[in-house]
Amino acid sequence: MSHVFSNSHINPIYLVVVGFVIGILGGFFGVGGSFIAGPALRLMGVDWNYAVGTDLAHIVGKSIVAARKHRTLGNVDLKLGMIMALGTIAGAEGGAQLIQALKRAGNVNSVVSWVAIVVYLGISIFMLWESYATLRLHKGRSRRTVSDVKAVESKADHSAFGPVTKKIQRMKIWPMISLPTSGIQISLWTILVVAVVGGFFSGFLGGGAGYIRMPSMVYVLGVPTHLAVGTDLFEIVISASYGTFTHAIKGNVDILIALVMHTGAVIGAQIGVVATQYFAGPKIRLAFVPLPLIGAAIVIYTLVTGHKF
Amino acid sequence: MKQGAARSLRAFAAELAIYAVLVTGYFFLVLHVLGNWLYQLETQHRVLYAVVAILLIAGQAVVLDAVTTVLFRLLRRPWR
Repeated sequence: MSHVFSNSHINPIYLVVVGFVIGILGGFFGVGGSFIAGPALRLMGVDWNYAVGTDLAHIVGKSIVAARKHRTLGNVDLKLGMIMALGTIAGAEGGAQLIQALKRAGNVNSVVSWVAIVVYLGISIFMLWESYATLRLHKGRSRRTVSDVKAVESKADHSAFGPVTKKIQRMKIWPMISLPTSGIQISLWTILVVAVVGGFFSGFLGGGAGYIRMPSMVYVLGVPTHLAVGTDLFEIVISASYGTFTHAIKGNVDILIALVMHTGAVIGAQIGVVATQYFAGPKIRLAFVPLPLIGAAIVIYTLVTGHKF
Repeated sequence: MKQGAARSLRAFAAELAIYAVLVTGYFFLVLHVLGNWLYQLETQHRVLYAVVAILLIAGQAVVLDAVTTVLFRLLRRPWR
């Protein structure tokens, strides 16, 4: 299949399979999957600017499907998602501006690569420790008794980082926002800080930055994991639409590639969403650990070999 | 329990097969027809292209989600 926009020839089956894999990851973890989609498109000879813009367009479609499914399961906090979308867009602009400044200074590749490695490894190590500690803490209750099944169904969540999260929630900085769906009350500023930081890394490192936002929602805001996954996807719909628009204006979106990839992602996302029903929060978080590690491995590979996928 | 899982797998496999046929038809008909028009739009009216791109991907998401949901419901019924 020939794509006139990006001057590339890609087998549509390859695109559908890539979309399917990313769809599963997106539905289950609430991430955009740009750390796989970008290199996968580059492998087929698509230029980086098209890979980034096209991936964002594909993320919009995939996140709509996954967020709709999560909404039917009661996993989306619309109020939180809308507030976070505003912060994410502002943060993404900040990240993009820093990229431009680093470009002018001539060291954008090395700085972005090292920041990416530190961030990805930091998230993986922290989440590995936290989810392992939480699972050990509740080891006695880990056998799937009736009460445990009910706990999974009610999205009840435990975290070894819980005491710190509670302290953050107790900071009474006006205005306080009540989020009944997530079952928390928290300062608007805390939500905005989490959203701006997530958006900043989205603009700085590329993609939807779900690998930062989803854990931040769990550990900083105290949102249950299932709701963090669903709300993150809803938020990604808004922020990725904005990203798609700005990239399309700059001529970086091959919408035909995105549409073909998305046909596979639709099925994958539904499988991913349904799978979350069978796992408790700490297990989802433990399974999340390899994702940032894959991102870190790709960046280390490009640094060591000079190969840019 | 095993019977239930087998039924679900059968329904899912049938859903995938029908979905693959629909998607293949979609590739050849819709994308082939839209390709040239989108290319013209991208080269001549970037802002309009950006809006159309978002509408297309969002529209496809809603339609395919509805198609898979209907397929799944229809295919589940005979095996119940």
